[in-house]
Amino acid sequence: MNQVQNFTKGFIKDNPVFILLLGLCPTLAVTSTAFNGLGMGLATTFVLVMSNVVVSMVKNLIPDKVRIPAFIVVIASFVTIVELTMQAYLPALFESLGIFIPLIVVNCVVLGRAEAFASKNNVWSSIVDGMGMGLGFAFALTLLGAVREILGSGAIFSFKFIEGDGILVFILSPGAFIVLGYLIAIMNRFKKA
Amino acid sequence: MAKKESSFVNMVLTLFVVTAIAALALGGVYNVTKEPIAIAKRLKIKKAIGEVLPEFDSIIETKILPQGGKDSLTFYETTNQGEVVGTAIRTYTDEGFSGRFWIMVGFVNEDIISGTSVLEHKETPGLGDKMDKKKSDWSFQFKNKDLTKYKLSVTKDGGEVDAITAATISSRAFCDAVQLAYDELKKQEGE
Repeated sequence: MNQVQNFTKGFIKDNPVFILLLGLCPTLAVTSTAFNGLGMGLATTFVLVMSNVVVSMVKNLIPDKVRIPAFIVVIASFVTIVELTMQAYLPALFESLGIFIPLIVVNCVVLGRAEAFASKNNVWSSIVDGMGMGLGFAFALTLLGAVREILGSGAIFSFKFIEGDGILVFILSPGAFIVLGYLIAIMNRFKKA
Repeated sequence: MAKKESSFVNMVLTLFVVTAIAALALGGVYNVTKEPIAIAKRLKIKKAIGEVLPEFDSIIETKILPQGGKDSLTFYETTNQGEVVGTAIRTYTDEGFSGRFWIMVGFVNEDIISGTSVLEHKETPGLGDKMDKKKSDWSFQFKNKDLTKYKLSVTKDGGEVDAITAATISSRAFCDAVQLAYDELKKQEGE
């Protein structure tokens, strides 16, 4: 597989949210606005790229039987770094993402890529894979957030273009499931064509 | 490079090294971000106080645990060039539709509410979250109300507060939080 394919597979063919259905907990929970989705996606991308780099560098130094705890420590450290940095320099975003930043640790996309890709490939491919998967995740979350924000509050990226309240259910949790279901259906239609 | 064997010594050593490096890195980041995080928190509090009180230049902070309460309130007594401006109180209620939420209430001349502002909440988006002034101007009705005369409860309960449509529980909880702050303020003055 060449690097271009390696990068673009995260968007459509192997999109973590729409195709692999990984990391759905933050996907459903934080995407009440497009901005939250984007913030969460970019934070996850950073963690994904950094942990892929480290894991692919140390893959031969880690005995097989303890690889999972070692990977988790690496991932958890990067998540904590993101959490502290965001708290310090982007307090507003940190507040709206709240509990879901620490939960990137248990996002299966991150451990999944470390285990399935980075521990078998070289550093460069792992960076590309992390970027592709992370941005694919961010793309999915932003799209989901945008649809929910447009339908739910008549706004996009907090820019209101319809007066009034919008369709409340799309801001609430059931709306996340409904929109995600339709987006997956549309993605599958595209994939077949 | 060959894969390392999963022997006991290898595993212990590897995990030790991995955790030690992680601990060092996190310690470093913590030290770097400690200051900005503290500044961001102070700024947030200062902004919240500014929203409920007129202009001020110094703050005295005290924490008070109400009788039977689960968490303490924070009093911010503010002055402007030596003159007392008023007291902002960070207060909470556990009566919210989704549990506890925190608001800031400002009092001037002891009994008059100068403003309210929601700090953090989990109320239903589109319904209960209208108590946040970013969502609707519902909370402005508390402004300039004198609590010696004003009946602080929703109209359904015989008070004077117009509840948010379809969010009576949130509105009641909001009154509860303001009441708690006021009661504690009175108690402080009594002492």
